Formats: sequence, C-alpha cells, structure tokens
Amino acid sequence: MIARRSLIALSAGLVMSAGLGLPSWAEETFKVGLILPMTGPFASTGRQVEAGVKAYIAAHGDTVAGKKIELVVRDDAGTADQTRRIAQELIVNEKVNTLAGFGLTPLALSVAPVITQAKVPAVVMAAATSSITQASEYFIRTSGTLPQYSVPVATWAHENNITKVVTLVTDYGPGIDAETWFTKEFKAKGGEVVEAVRVPLQNPDFAPFLQRVRDAKPDAVFVFLPSGVGSLFMKQFVDRGLAEAGIKLIGTGDITDDDILNGMGKPALGTITAHFYAAAHDSPENAAFVKAFKDANKDMRPNFMAMGGYDGMHAIYAALEATKGDADGAALIKAMKGLAWTSPRGPISIDPETRDIIQNIYMREVKDVNGELQNVEFKTFKDVKDPVKSGQ
Amino acid sequence: MSGARSEARDRATEQLRRGNAWRLYEIALWIAAAAAIFVLPSKMLLLTEIAITALFAISLDLVLGYAGIVSLGHAAFFGLGAYAAGLFAKHVFAEPVTGLFAAAVVSGLAGFAASFLVLRGSDLTRLMTTLGIALMLAELANQLAWATGGADGLSGITIGPILGVFAFDLWGRTGYVYSLAALFILTFVARHLVNSSFGLSLRAIKANPVRAAMVAIPARNRIIVIYTVAAAYAGVAGALLTHTTSFVSPDVLAFHRSADVLLVLVIGGVGYLYGGIVGAVIFTVLRDWLSVSTPQYWMFWIGLILIAIVLIGRERIARWDSFLPASLQLGIKRLATWRPGATLRESR
Repeated sequence: MIARRSLIALSAGLVMSAGLGLPSWAEETFKVGLILPMTGPFASTGRQVEAGVKAYIAAHGDTVAGKKIELVVRDDAGTADQTRRIAQELIVNEKVNTLAGFGLTPLALSVAPVITQAKVPAVVMAAATSSITQASEYFIRTSGTLPQYSVPVATWAHENNITKVVTLVTDYGPGIDAETWFTKEFKAKGGEVVEAVRVPLQNPDFAPFLQRVRDAKPDAVFVFLPSGVGSLFMKQFVDRGLAEAGIKLIGTGDITDDDILNGMGKPALGTITAHFYAAAHDSPENAAFVKAFKDANKDMRPNFMAMGGYDGMHAIYAALEATKGDADGAALIKAMKGLAWTSPRGPISIDPETRDIIQNIYMREVKDVNGELQNVEFKTFKDVKDPVKSGQ
Repeated sequence: MSGARSEARDRATEQLRRGNAWRLYEIALWIAAAAAIFVLPSKMLLLTEIAITALFAISLDLVLGYAGIVSLGHAAFFGLGAYAAGLFAKHVFAEPVTGLFAAAVVSGLAGFAASFLVLRGSDLTRLMTTLGIALMLAELANQLAWATGGADGLSGITIGPILGVFAFDLWGRTGYVYSLAALFILTFVARHLVNSSFGLSLRAIKANPVRAAMVAIPARNRIIVIYTVAAAYAGVAGALLTHTTSFVSPDVLAFHRSADVLLVLVIGGVGYLYGGIVGAVIFTVLRDWLSVSTPQYWMFWIGLILIAIVLIGRERIARWDSFLPASLQLGIKRLATWRPGATLRESR
C-alpha cells in the first residue's frame, strides 16, 4: 500500500517537474505575484491595493510588449513569515517575474533576502517605513513614506501661527517615524512640542490620552494612526470637547482615509492633513481613475492604498515596455529607476538612487462636497523626496 | 502481597515496553516525510512550515495532552526562541545548530520560571496566566526596539550554513531537511519521555492530581520539569522559523499563534505525540489550499471545517473505517498497530 502510494506521488512529482522544465508556452506570460493581507486586521489595505491593481489592468489591458500579464494573488494575513514563504514559493514554483503588494513594513522587510538572492523585483504598494527600500536593491516603492508627508504638516503649521503642539501617534514603527519627523521639522522652525503621546497599537481607546492632550492646552494636536481606527478617534476627539477648547486637529492623511472618511460624519469636518493622494484630487486623470475604480468596485472609494497599487502596476508595465519584453529582474529594476509619469495623484517619479517615490504632497481640509465628505486640497508641496534618505 | 506488587510492576514494564516499540504507521510517516524531499521538490517551504508547526504542537501536547495544563500563551516560548535565535545569529554566531541550542536554553529557562506561576491556580487561572505571559513578551518585543527592531521586526540577520557546510537554498530544501531532522530527533526524545515511568506519572497527575499525590507522585516537580522541557521544544520550533526565514517580528508572539497551535492539536488529537504532526499536516495543507483558491474567504471555510470536526467528533472521524466489514476493520487495525518483532496476530 505504501509502495503504491509513493509510486503515485513519485509519478505526480515527475509530471510536475517535467512541467517546470517546459518554458516554451510560459514565455508568453509575465507573472506578477501580488502578496497582500486579505484577511485579518489589515484586510482593508489588501482590498484597496488589489482593487487599484485590477483597475489599472482593466484600464490598460493585460498585454504589454507582446506579453500577457498574469496576476497571482495570495493572502499573507499580515503575518511576516507567511509573506516570506509565499514570496519564495511564488518565485520558485510559480516563476513569477515580479512581486508586488506588501501591506505592512515587517511584511515587506521579510522578503528582502529572498528577492536579493533570486534577483526578482518587488514593488512596495503600501508599506511606508522609510528603511524598506534600503533593505534590498530589488525594492521599488509606489506608495510613500511617513516622513515624506509628516514634514509638510510641520511646515504648514508653522506658517499658520500654530506654535504649541501635542503629538499623538500609534506606538510602532510608522508612528514613531511620523512623530520624529514632524517634531524635528516643527522645532527647527521654532515651534514647541509640549507633549508626545504614544498610543498602544493594541488598545484603541483614545479617551485617557485625549484628556492629557486637552489638559496640555496646545494650539493643535498632530495625529498619526494606522488607517482604520480614524473613525473611533474622531468620535472621541469630539466627545472630549477638544474642538470646543479650540484645539485644531492636524495630521497625516491616514486619519482621514478616503475609504472610511464618509462614515466619520461631522466630527471630521475641518481636519487638516497632508498626504499624497485624495479621491477628490482635481485632475482629468484622477476623475477617470475614480470613475473606473467605482465602476469596478461597488460602493468603494479609492484611497491612497489603491493609488499605490495602481501606480505600482504602471511601474511594472512601463518597465516591461522599456525592456521590450525582457523579463530579467535586473533589467526590470534598472528600467524602473528614474521612471516619471503623470499619475492620478499628480506628477510622480522613481528616484534612481533610492528607488523610492518622489511626489507632490498636498495639504487638505475635510469638507462636505455634494453630500460626501472629501479631503479637499488647498496647498501643494512639489516633488517631495523621502527626507530620511535625502539626508535632511 | 509481594507477588501482587511484582505482577503490577511486570504489567507496567510491559506497558512501557509496548509504548516504546515502533509502530508501522510511525515508520511509514517518517519514510514518507523523508521521501518528500525527492518526491515533492516544489513543496519544500510548505513542508518546512508543517515540520515547524508540528514541533510546536508536540511541545503543547507535552503540557496539555500529558500533564493536563491548558495554555493560551504557548507562543511565548515559541517567540522567545525565535528572537533568541535571531539575536544569537546577529550578534554571536551565525551557525544555526548552535543557535537552536541557544534558543532551547533561553526558552527552557523562561519555561522553568513560568512553571511556578502555572503551578498556582486551576485551569482558568492558568489560561489567564499563560495568555498574560505571552502578551507581556509581545509588548516587550515591541518596546525594546533598539534590540528587536520593534514592530518592524528584526531584519538583517544572516544565517550561516548548517554546521558550516549546508547553505540555505532558495528552493527551501536545506531548510526542510534541517527542520525535519530537528523534528525527528525531538519527537524521538519526547517519545521516550512520555513512554517512561515519568510519562506515566504525568498521565496520573492529569487524570487525578489528588490520587496521584496519594501514591506519592511529586506532581509539583513533575510539572516543573515537563513545562521546562515543553518550553525548550517550543523555543526550538521558533528558532527553526527564524533560521528558515532569516526574519523575526513581534508576530511570533502574537495570540493567533497560540490559538492556531491549540487548533492544530485539537484537529490532530490531544495526548499522543503524533496528534501534533497529523494536525499540523491537515491544518497547514488545508489553509494553504484554501487561501490559494480563495484569498479573501479562506478563513470562512477553515471555520466551517472546524465546526464540522467538532460536531461530528474527531473520534468518529478517526473511526472512519467503522462502516467497513468487520474482517477488513480487524485487518486494518492489525496493520496499523503492527510493530517489528511481532507477528500480525500478536499485536493488539
């Protein structure tokens, strides 16, 4: 019985390895392995990025430089060792030509050794800690970095007579990045950070922390929270009477994430944030994108995650066109360096030195536009590089 | 009276001897696991994960299945081992086998310390205590960012070749052979442990602590020992994960890991070592298969299957052959429980 079973398994194995050895028909396809958290607490990130990627393919067709683009979507549930295993399997078994996705920093970092060893490019579409692109020569990023959009908030606050600020961030990598870079810029401009509050990642009850903010009586509170917990924060911000006490709410665009902004209701009105993308961005490219996105995904509004996925696919398409269909990893990453194009979010490019994105950062205010809450842009910081790597 | 005592001793010795003998299904399992290296070259990474999960489940089985200690925080020792191995490789020595020993020592010591907490209170308090220990460690890993990299994880670990010779390859073959070897050796050791008089006394404690105390079994010491051993096992499993992925993040200490391993054990069966291995195979393969076919909704299907397992009852699934003719049933049973040196008829 055992002998027969292993014989079956053996022949199955032989058939499989024989299949791997026949690349003749496989040459026509170009495989993109999309690894995202599709389940668990970060599922909304995965859903938005995937929808962005699919919107791009729907709008631009699935053939590039004579190759058919094939998408292989995998769920890592936000667990780093799963991301790593899936990445490795996609490379050796599925023979993907490029990897993409990566919802959180540790998930992206876990694949760094694999992509370096296998010489396969990986397009970071969501994770936002600065150091990611330094972990491997094969990373490029089409989302953004937290320092990139924390610094402009400080600049704007200083210009608008805000001198005393309390910072409130989630206590993990990105939050500390946001706090550090906001504080650095704000102090350099002569502002004062009277208190720095860090909220635990696991405990989304802001009430006690907001009381401390209120007692400190600042001009404004600078907030970074991972996208998703914004609604709860807004409610408690109002409940604690911070707005009545004249404390302005400023922060990175993660707190007024387009995906959930509409559900926040009135409390969100007037919040000032900085980010690289708003669904209300005024351009013909964006109007077309938002429409296509909404058509393909019922009741969903694209947020910055979707934008990262959309532009990430563009980087892959453009690189493949530049190499004339050559799917070699090194050639692709070379072609991606220095790419520049007009995205729905505005003009963007890939820094050839750091492989990180250079983009406009917009200051926005939450307003009611035709019955929908929107982040309405009112000021632009042009061509912002990641300040960590540009040595500011 | 002395005759009765020696008879009891003979029976016990016979029971231990029988427990220690190798069963046919065990031998078949290990041969299949080894054959997979050549037969399933494209599944090395999944098999590595199975081997690591199985070792982790065996570790939990030692305390839950044999000593009857419920734990909702077994990931504490898994994660501790993972971090120990990562930090050891980064700062001390990059050779993995040495790292395994280092992780086993660190986790074992932590298990020894924690065992005194576990000794206090009953099942519910134990659940809370074990859960609390894991949560505290997870927060510690997040806070000590200078050492652990915080929430971003400990990256930049370079794992050297095993014993300085076998480097980890992209296909994951080295990683699988390495993990399988560790699983085999530790299962072998655990087998001897639970089939010794020590193991018997553990079962006595699990079945009835009061009665065990009446026959002079030092429950306290036994629990301290098995908890320490199990923690070291979990530490080795965590270290294997670090070595095969060269990355650690606070996720190794997360609650879902403790919950998953409990599930694995429930699926495979509590209280016999192979339950952990069988459960790991079923759970991991199922999860992989479902999440590939439906990345968004696979958790639903896993949930459904688990409910089915609970409703039907694992015992009834294990007795899947009950609808076969009696003669066939007997044949299967004999084949399954056959061990070398016995004729088919002898085995029971």
